[in-house]
Amino acid sequence: MVDVPSDVLVGIPPAEVGEVDLYHPRSWWTRYVFSQDAKVIAVQYSVTAMAIGMVALVLSWLMRLQLGFPGTFSFIDPSQYLQFITMHGMIMVIYLLTALFLGGFGNYLIPLMVGARDMVFPYANMLSYWIYLLAVLVLVATFFVPGGPTGGGWTLYPPQSILSGSPGQEAGIIMMLLSLILLIIGFTIGGLNYVVTVLQARTRGMTLMRMPLTVWGIFTATVMALLAFPALFVASVMMLLDRLLGTSFFMPTLVEMGQQTKYSGGSPLLFQHLFWFFGHPEVYIVALPAFGIVSDLISTHARKNIFGYRMMVWAIVGIGALSFVVWAHHMYVSGMNPKFGFFFATTTLIIAVPTAIKVYNWILTLWRGDIHLTIPMLFALAFIITFVNGGLTGLFLGNVVVDVPLSDTMFVVAHFHMVMGVAPIMVVFGAIYHWYPKVTGRMLNEALGRFHFWVTFLGAYAVFFPMHYLGLLGMPRRYHDIGETAFVPASAHDLNAFMSVAALVVGFAQLVFVFNLIWSLSKGKESGGNPWGATTLEWQTPETPPAHGNWGKELPVVYRWAYDYSVPGAKRDFVPQNEPPTRLAPQGVHP
Amino acid sequence: MSAIILFTAGIAAIAGWWLSQQRLAAKPWLEEGAIGDFRGGGASSLPASKIGLGVFLAVVGSLFALFISAYSMRMELIDWRSLPVPRLLWFNTGILIVSSAALQWAQVAARRDDGDGVLLGLLAGGVSAVVFLIGQLLAWQQLNTAGYFLAANPANAFFYLITATHGLHLLGGLVALGRTTVKAWRGVETPRLRLSVELCTMYWHFLLLVWLVLLALLTGWADDFAAICRQLLT
Repeated sequence: MVDVPSDVLVGIPPAEVGEVDLYHPRSWWTRYVFSQDAKVIAVQYSVTAMAIGMVALVLSWLMRLQLGFPGTFSFIDPSQYLQFITMHGMIMVIYLLTALFLGGFGNYLIPLMVGARDMVFPYANMLSYWIYLLAVLVLVATFFVPGGPTGGGWTLYPPQSILSGSPGQEAGIIMMLLSLILLIIGFTIGGLNYVVTVLQARTRGMTLMRMPLTVWGIFTATVMALLAFPALFVASVMMLLDRLLGTSFFMPTLVEMGQQTKYSGGSPLLFQHLFWFFGHPEVYIVALPAFGIVSDLISTHARKNIFGYRMMVWAIVGIGALSFVVWAHHMYVSGMNPKFGFFFATTTLIIAVPTAIKVYNWILTLWRGDIHLTIPMLFALAFIITFVNGGLTGLFLGNVVVDVPLSDTMFVVAHFHMVMGVAPIMVVFGAIYHWYPKVTGRMLNEALGRFHFWVTFLGAYAVFFPMHYLGLLGMPRRYHDIGETAFVPASAHDLNAFMSVAALVVGFAQLVFVFNLIWSLSKGKESGGNPWGATTLEWQTPETPPAHGNWGKELPVVYRWAYDYSVPGAKRDFVPQNEPPTRLAPQGVHP
Repeated sequence: MSAIILFTAGIAAIAGWWLSQQRLAAKPWLEEGAIGDFRGGGASSLPASKIGLGVFLAVVGSLFALFISAYSMRMELIDWRSLPVPRLLWFNTGILIVSSAALQWAQVAARRDDGDGVLLGLLAGGVSAVVFLIGQLLAWQQLNTAGYFLAANPANAFFYLITATHGLHLLGGLVALGRTTVKAWRGVETPRLRLSVELCTMYWHFLLLVWLVLLALLTGWADDFAAICRQLLT
């Protein structure tokens, strides 16, 4: 902790919110398993999310094997292929990325970055994790039920997802919906915590405009998630009733296997509206924390204050609000009113403006910075490139006339993998390399990290860049075997094979990363409290890893914003947020 | 989707108003120093649990707004046959109002430090809420006996689904109310109960409001309103 000269403390009001009564664990079980400490819960969330993410990674290998070498792997039949697709998408988007950014990074970073001792509702926080774990276990269980997991596509569109003929129609889809319902309940409990902690538990001096952008990103994303997840909840409950009790919310009148079904008159379009009212904000629920984290990584590792901090905050809030009015750009080919398409194309183009502002600001932060090409920085740079790449194809697809011919082609797959898969994952990796020393007290191995970075970065481009070309050729997505078609040349098959090999290599590189995580836990170089010379509060804790309660006796007091890097005249090239000013500013004079 | 859009716009307006109080135009890079002289530094003076409940109510509100959106979109389709609303619902509505009023009474009593009044209000509120739930189940039974089965028509399905969701929320509230009542019964000092009583009351009023909106929807009063909304959006 920084020694505070007594004269500086004059004029600081007492804390407006009393100290919370911390829950003190009494046994090993309550300390590490049923823990109410946000830091432990964060690790639990992260490990669970990464474990289920590895399952999704393996599923992507299986898909790529089939796509790259059709006919070679007889154990992958069309049904299984659809199941792999569905579970891969669902796990990656919801069970890995959302859980990791909000449950993992949110839990670890929010209390530490705003100078709180813990989340405001620690018990609810614990509950949130255990419900999430239950949701994951139900999801995993679908692999072992008769009929296997659902193969309805990650969007679970009715009617096909609950009709016979769709894989997993027997039990898979039911458990999938139950798992989603559980996840949303668990997430809501956790999300309330993140929001109220940011609102109510900030330490003295931590005004909203002094918060690191990471907190801004996670906070805004959580608010969005709290409002958007109910749409998925409603859709899941209604579909569950359609499947189990024969209601016709979404199920139209139709004939199945020559038999008239019990359903009549339902609206599959209604499901799409509900799903995408959740689904599009979900993109930004993942992206906003990534935006926030990457801003902090760039600023710290370029030793320069973030360019346009205010603009960054406004952009985060603006994107959060706008993302609720773009959902139907996923539905141009759904048969909805075409005029809607025009409206949603316009909002889609508008949301690109604050997003572009952020990209420019990252680049201007780098401009003439003292760039340290550390591993977190490499990942942050890779993120910017990838995000621009995926964002630009998003602009194509946001326009109705371009989207219609490209719908359901590999171009769409390439787009969302770039923007929503590779880009956020780059930030996840960067963030893990950045904060691992704080969580464990040890650095991750540098050589393994660089190997991991380059293989992942170049490999991901080897997989997804060519996919755009396949999409432009018209190669459809979700096909088990494209076969011989007039418009797909033989070279496309070679490209597919190449992408599959690249995907396998990238996948194996992740094993190196996991090994590094485990190996460095005991063998890594000791990091000390603040190895990167960062300004934000989490690096200023008295102990590393931070002890229960984070701050020792006294909560830190914040005197400045989070980005005082390379301040002219300062002794070091960073000034921590809790370092008091050398001289007090004259009262009442604000520039 | 007009209901949820309106609801989200309302939330956005509240968030925008709150943000406008937070000096978002500040230049933090110039504001080095202690915080006494910078507004917007600390948290609001409300207790965290009250803010937490407020946020939770926004989530619940969004859930019901989505149900209403789905309802109004689905009722457009030709197979929709509205079901007669059982008269019992009017009685239930009255009981729910009584329940809410009783909790308001308890809240007033808690502020006056009147322990007996608190206990009485909580008990009356709890009992009438249970009566409401039983009444809802009876209404279901009446509809079921009259042949309005869940899967027979989307109007029926929505009726059961929406009333069930509302009932489950009330049931959840009863758990919190029960805990508070037990504490009051055991003679915990009133000042220490005040917050819990206030939270329960807030939740109850909210669920009453939601119920009134749902009732307007289920009885068809909201049709005209929905028609206007649709007119505006198309």
